Amino acid sequence: MVTESDIEHIAELADIGISRDEVPEFTRQFNAILEYFEILDTVEGESAPAGGITNAFRDDEPRPCLSQEAALANAGSTEDGFIKAPRVM
Amino acid sequence: MAGTLDFSPDDRYNAFITTCSTAPFSGGALAGIAVAVKDNISTAGIETTCGSRILEGYIPPYDAYVVELLRREGAAIVGKTNMDEFGMGSTTETSAFGPTKNPVDPSRVPGGSSGGSAAAVAAGLVPMALGSDTGGSIRCPAAFCGVVGLKPTYGRVSRYGLIAYASSLEQVGPMARTVEDVSRVMSVIARYDPRDATMFDRPYDHRPSADIGGLRVGIPGEYFGEGVDPRVAKKVRDAIGVIEDLGASTVPVSIPGMRYALAAYYVICTAEASSNIARFDGVRYGPAVDTRKSWHEAYQDIRQEKLGPEVRRRVMLGTFALSAGYAGRYYAKALGARQKIRQDFERAFRDVDVIAGPTMPTVAFPLGERTDPVSMYLSDILTAPANLAGIPAISVPCGRVDGLPVGLQLMGRQFEEERIIDAAYAYEQGVKA
Repeated sequence: MVTESDIEHIAELADIGISRDEVPEFTRQFNAILEYFEILDTVEGESAPAGGITNAFRDDEPRPCLSQEAALANAGSTEDGFIKAPRVM
Repeated sequence: MAGTLDFSPDDRYNAFITTCSTAPFSGGALAGIAVAVKDNISTAGIETTCGSRILEGYIPPYDAYVVELLRREGAAIVGKTNMDEFGMGSTTETSAFGPTKNPVDPSRVPGGSSGGSAAAVAAGLVPMALGSDTGGSIRCPAAFCGVVGLKPTYGRVSRYGLIAYASSLEQVGPMARTVEDVSRVMSVIARYDPRDATMFDRPYDHRPSADIGGLRVGIPGEYFGEGVDPRVAKKVRDAIGVIEDLGASTVPVSIPGMRYALAAYYVICTAEASSNIARFDGVRYGPAVDTRKSWHEAYQDIRQEKLGPEVRRRVMLGTFALSAGYAGRYYAKALGARQKIRQDFERAFRDVDVIAGPTMPTVAFPLGERTDPVSMYLSDILTAPANLAGIPAISVPCGRVDGLPVGLQLMGRQFEEERIIDAAYAYEQGVKA
């Protein structure tokens, strides 16, 4: 069971805004889904990686890529050829 | 041969988010053929939204590899089809651009999440379309709208330029009115691409053959059990009877891991979504974020405003399933269940060549009927196992119940699309004769 305050905490962890009046509905739906997930408690043993598959590596060499202009074309806010983002600090 | 195709369809079913009134084309295997592309597949110069307000106005600067291949073979890309927001839904009702209606009965859902592609094909607006399938998103709408849809083997079609939702599960695949057309599109898009690190160099070059003498068809009891409408099960059994009459034999098989399949699927896809959807921050693409706010505030606000409730619910569920204290109970167990399901299929495929069952447990239901997440998730029960196992699966129309289409699902071993396509083709030609 998750509570309404758990839901607010998860939304904060996930950086997903939810409004105060969405909380009860999200909580109810979360609990119904988690109840359905209980079947997983009966899975025994650990998962091992599938055989016959190896990592696909390549050398880290420069290659042609998008131009600066194309890379900036969809950004909402730019300055001097850079993308502007909200302040982190 | 090269030119432009004029495309101004009567889109009464809301199958498209964007249409291209003049679509250029060139010579090649698909010269001049109108192809619709699901709106989560990048198209250079054509708006690509994933059915979400958070990507409204986004014009990709490059083509997905599958789109590049279609263009190279002469196809005219005529539009971007409606879909559940980021593919998260089984009805196309979670699209920010309104639901698509089922052309067979406009009061019903077309299925999802590639509902726009299925409806565009079913309504005759295009002969072929691309969809993507994470837990059934090609096969479900193909079944509900009465068209053919193929989910390829994981790793056979490039995901480069497919906007990611659940990277370990999803594949791009073809939808069309006939098995032959599905096969034609598959032979264009299944080409090796080193930019998708999960790809195998296993190109598809095949023409469907109706010769299925000696084919062993596995019938899993789990696909005909509780929750499956008995009238749908009956139609599918009749279709399997047709395949038997064409020279195939049937063998009972069992996929015991099916009981975990849906829970495992929803834990894994939401976990992957919680990471994939994080890139939509309003900074690099989509509607501009307010840069005067602090990072977390701006990020939370734009996601609340621009993402629908189902996407936010799945991102939160995935975050929860991966969080400290819960990852062992949910994510690790889901991976264990996934492995069991993969082993179940491997074991079954030692005795049979293909596995047959219904694509969907019911026919298309009325628009607005399934608003509760769990009841919506349950509709993926017969399609998600193939994604968990990474195997190819096709849905081919096999009659109607109450006037609504039923889909026969044929699953095959990894990289054996050719075999399920032949079985689907034999059935299609058999009932036509």
